[in-house]
Amino acid sequence: MSMMANNLGTSAIGARTDENTPEKISVRDLSFFYGETKALKNISLPLYERTVTAFIGPSGCGKSTLLRCLNRMYELYPKQHAEGEVLLDNVNILNPKQDLNLLRAKVGMVFQKPTPFPMTIYDNIAFGVKLYENLPRAEMNERVESSLRRAALWDEVKDKLNTSGLGLSGGQQQRLCIARTIAVRPEVILFDEPCSALDPISTSKIEELIDELKDHYTIAIVTHNMQQAARVSEFTAFMYLGELIEYDRTEKIFTTPSVKKTEEYVTGRFG
Amino acid sequence: MADHTVKSYDDELKNLHEDILRMGGIAEAQFASAIQAVTKRDPDIAALTVKGDAKLDELNLIVDQRVVRMLALRQPMASDLREIISSLKIAADVERMGDYAANIAKRSIAIAEMRPVKPLASIPRMGRLVQHLIKDVLDAYNERNAEKAKQVWLRDEEVDDAYNALFRETLTYMMEDPRNITPCTHLLFVAKNIERIGDHATNIAETIYFIVHGTTLNESRPKGDSSSFLVVNPDDEAPKA
Repeated sequence: MSMMANNLGTSAIGARTDENTPEKISVRDLSFFYGETKALKNISLPLYERTVTAFIGPSGCGKSTLLRCLNRMYELYPKQHAEGEVLLDNVNILNPKQDLNLLRAKVGMVFQKPTPFPMTIYDNIAFGVKLYENLPRAEMNERVESSLRRAALWDEVKDKLNTSGLGLSGGQQQRLCIARTIAVRPEVILFDEPCSALDPISTSKIEELIDELKDHYTIAIVTHNMQQAARVSEFTAFMYLGELIEYDRTEKIFTTPSVKKTEEYVTGRFG
Repeated sequence: MADHTVKSYDDELKNLHEDILRMGGIAEAQFASAIQAVTKRDPDIAALTVKGDAKLDELNLIVDQRVVRMLALRQPMASDLREIISSLKIAADVERMGDYAANIAKRSIAIAEMRPVKPLASIPRMGRLVQHLIKDVLDAYNERNAEKAKQVWLRDEEVDDAYNALFRETLTYMMEDPRNITPCTHLLFVAKNIERIGDHATNIAETIYFIVHGTTLNESRPKGDSSSFLVVNPDDEAPKA
């Protein structure tokens, strides 16, 4: 049986994390309500620093809701509230006194559909930065370039920074949104189905990008594509009907999950 | 477990499973007739057995193709992944069993041309032991029964013991009379082939354990084949056979 490593399921070959990796975000006993409906039921899980954690599960399982709790995006809507704790560097961000703008600068988000602003590529990046910082022109130029470089878009747009962001392809627009998120120097990046509107090549580019970004940021990604979760993440949380069914190393979830429901989901036996 | 949402995936898994069982059945029959060819000194049975091996090779190729196709098109996960990867390994083990059976059949033709030597009498017993291992490991595969597989794995020691005894015995006969050397050498290879078939049965048992539990059977198995280290000197007392 030389082909199969011993305890294939539990030992993570090439794992980046160990028991000393700190928790960047700790979700503790988190419940979430849309009005009367309890959409998240007492969720607890860690997001380790500079690690990619994937949330998977069928539609309506609460994975996007959970993601939106991590930067309190839900506060944009009335009648929604969260209970429990979400600790970012040991500070509970659900505390009403938490400054939301500061929080969202620290915890950036990239959405399913690319959402560039109707302005130039340059301004798409600079716009967010100006909200938090007052940079001299030269420094702003530098920030725009480094963000675009880190988002692997620089080479494609460096000669047309003053053209509209809306003129880019879908995949480029999504990378522009990632660059915009990076520009405000977040510590955590949340990806909500970042590739579901993209073609396979653009998807690969985003996945490659996520792989590079994890050296600098803590990343959480919601995806419907299980193979994508398997490819990009080190930890995976499987959710169903608002509950966290299983959380483990990604390798374990996709080879030898402990819970039958997880097994049924990852093997395509759901229903 | 529940069926897959995509029904054709279940069909493909079922076909794979059935191909493996068919291969197992053929290998079982091939081995039985190889032993028969030796004990009955029947070259016709031997010839049929040698010819029959092609069917196993062919099925092994089909299994390989099915597995590659499923890996590419289905991207299997968890228990499905274990099942599919394991099919590849089991098919290879069964195919090897078939090769050994064919080799036994070939040697039976040479053995039949010479006068019978006494250690020949041990072959049917060893054959029966291994036939039971094959049958039980195939049952364990069909039933996904890890415990039954583990029993096969443990029982391989008996085969090793029988082989060691036969090894010692044949060496002694060869020393007694050089005319025994040719038939005894063939016999030794026959016994070694039987022992190797037993080893492949234990490989399959390990794979079944992996399919069921997702972990390897990592207890240490009693390793019985000590013949690699055996020295028999002409001055030693001949075994009381």
